[in-house]
Amino acid sequence: MVENVLEVNDLSIDYDSSQGTVHALESVSLTIEPRSLIAVVGESGCGKTSLGLGIIGLLPTPPANNVRGKVIYKGVNLLELDKEEFRRYRGTEIAMIFQEPITSLNPVYKIGMQIAEAIAIRNSRKQRTPNSEDNGTKSREIREEIIASLKMVRIPDAENVMNRYPFELSGGMRQRIMIAMALAQKPSLLIADEPTTALDVTTQAQVLKLMHNLMDEVDTSILLITHDLAVASQVADKVAVMYGGQIVEVAEVNELFSEPLHPYTQGLLSCIPSGTKRKARLKPIQGNVMDLRETVNYCKFAPRCPFVMDQCKTAKPNLLEVKAKHKVACYLHA
Amino acid sequence: MHNSLLEVENLKTYFTLRGSFLRKDAKYVKAVDSVSITVDPGTTVAVVGESGCGKTTLARTILLLTRPTAGSIKLFGKNGTRSKEYYKNVQMVFQDPDSSLDPTMVIRNIIAEPLKGLSSMTKEEIDIKVAKVVEEVGLSRDILDRVPRQLSGGQKQRVSIARAIVSEPKLVLLDEPTSALDASVQAQILNLLMDLQTKHGLSYLIITHNISVAEYLSDKIYVMYAGKVVEYGSTESIIAKPRHPYTIALLSSTPVPDPKTRNLLNVEIVGEPPSSIKPPSGCRFHPRCPYAEEICQTKEPALDVLTDDRLVACHFVNKTA
Repeated sequence: MVENVLEVNDLSIDYDSSQGTVHALESVSLTIEPRSLIAVVGESGCGKTSLGLGIIGLLPTPPANNVRGKVIYKGVNLLELDKEEFRRYRGTEIAMIFQEPITSLNPVYKIGMQIAEAIAIRNSRKQRTPNSEDNGTKSREIREEIIASLKMVRIPDAENVMNRYPFELSGGMRQRIMIAMALAQKPSLLIADEPTTALDVTTQAQVLKLMHNLMDEVDTSILLITHDLAVASQVADKVAVMYGGQIVEVAEVNELFSEPLHPYTQGLLSCIPSGTKRKARLKPIQGNVMDLRETVNYCKFAPRCPFVMDQCKTAKPNLLEVKAKHKVACYLHA
Repeated sequence: MHNSLLEVENLKTYFTLRGSFLRKDAKYVKAVDSVSITVDPGTTVAVVGESGCGKTTLARTILLLTRPTAGSIKLFGKNGTRSKEYYKNVQMVFQDPDSSLDPTMVIRNIIAEPLKGLSSMTKEEIDIKVAKVVEEVGLSRDILDRVPRQLSGGQKQRVSIARAIVSEPKLVLLDEPTSALDASVQAQILNLLMDLQTKHGLSYLIITHNISVAEYLSDKIYVMYAGKVVEYGSTESIIAKPRHPYTIALLSSTPVPDPKTRNLLNVEIVGEPPSSIKPPSGCRFHPRCPYAEEICQTKEPALDVLTDDRLVACHFVNKTA
């Protein structure tokens, strides 16, 4: 049996706000297998970014508080570690890239310098063997490593690019550099939060293809956070759909798209415009995303659900495995 | 006899670069470079392209928010001017309702504003009209006394649409009307736009980077690349058989929500959209084009008639047959 890279068990996160406590995440459980790409899909405010930040321990506190549950990475519960211990994992074992690469790069340092920093941190964290003569890697070696990592993310003319500043590069190039820096640490898990949302479609296709290919090359798993079901269908092995801070459905990608079980997943799929004009009217999900300040003991999708039953308004459905590797939180399938 | 509602001919919108104003060798950003488009009454025309291709500048120029450098914009055969008459017929819905709705105004006044400037209606008539329009876009009258920040993203975009149609225009320009919205809300807005078109016989000129939105809403598509139209045709035929290499790349890069056809992982497009200050010589797509030959570097291809309803600007269009 293959050991999972990551297991999230009953993770809950609250945020304090002037208008009351926001329950951003409620009892989310998720497993990530080695060398697989899991996509977490949902609309704004569904908690998908909080999940990513919660795993890598980057939640801003305050406002985040009362983080409960377990995040088990290779047998270690990350939530029990103190700040200093967590730093051995963050960046080295678990890395993260964000939506806007320009805000993640330092504008006043050259690209090469910033990648060198990532490499230096990795080296300083490596356990030193007694007969190691390595007193800081030599500059030529670092230079070669920078060029190698730029080439890994298919940047042509790497020698030239490493001497440029972030503003001189295009959005697609900057996101590739973020990926190069994240993977310079050779992490076992890369969390990518909407990595292509700010990019054009032709560039998005290039970056997603690159990420997919690197998974095998670098031997890493990817947690892809996205609002775009179409993107998830193209690259993911497994898809988790989130609504109102909870996972409502999770399944292998083919299964989820051929047989979506949760009414919300079905709704999201029928919202995607396809086909030419007036072939079919879109069937939007009625209403709006709910207010996460309320603590509710019923299904959060009930107010918008076309199949709502009495039961849905009085009790909360659990995420149950209804078919092999297909879990859904809905009384229609309980 | 003019059958077209809007006719844009050889439109050029250049911006002078800072520091080169009044100089002989002045440098320009040629945001829109000799673009011609036509919109017929009651139809939807989509302008599709990636960021920096000039599609938003095109819309702003048609609305005369930006002064055209050359070319003509005609509505019902008459030259467009910044007049009451023009704006009565041409209105726009902007991408981000947060920046296009005044945060200090109540919704009632936001929607009424075009009527105050463009019509000779009395205050009572305006009130009745606003109440009617707000229901037409699927909002309740309760929201009339609120300010924009009290509404959700979808509601705000409905207010923008109400403001655009309140003066009963013939043509509405839609600049990325749904790209700031969540998927479930986007579908509601697309349905609303369809309903309003059927009801009022509106014409839409929609500017978008989202092929599926263009495909869903439009009758005709113009594909723009680096300030130029590279392909034009009926929506159905372009989606079924794109002929310009850029259109082909654009369509195959658009993710399909189906894990069984993983088109995205087979995309071969290289490079990124060019800089608009110094676009490539000849055909602007040649550095990224799999079919490019020597002539593409030197000679700009004309937008030629390929079939009855298709124009393509490519020297080697027979290679994509």
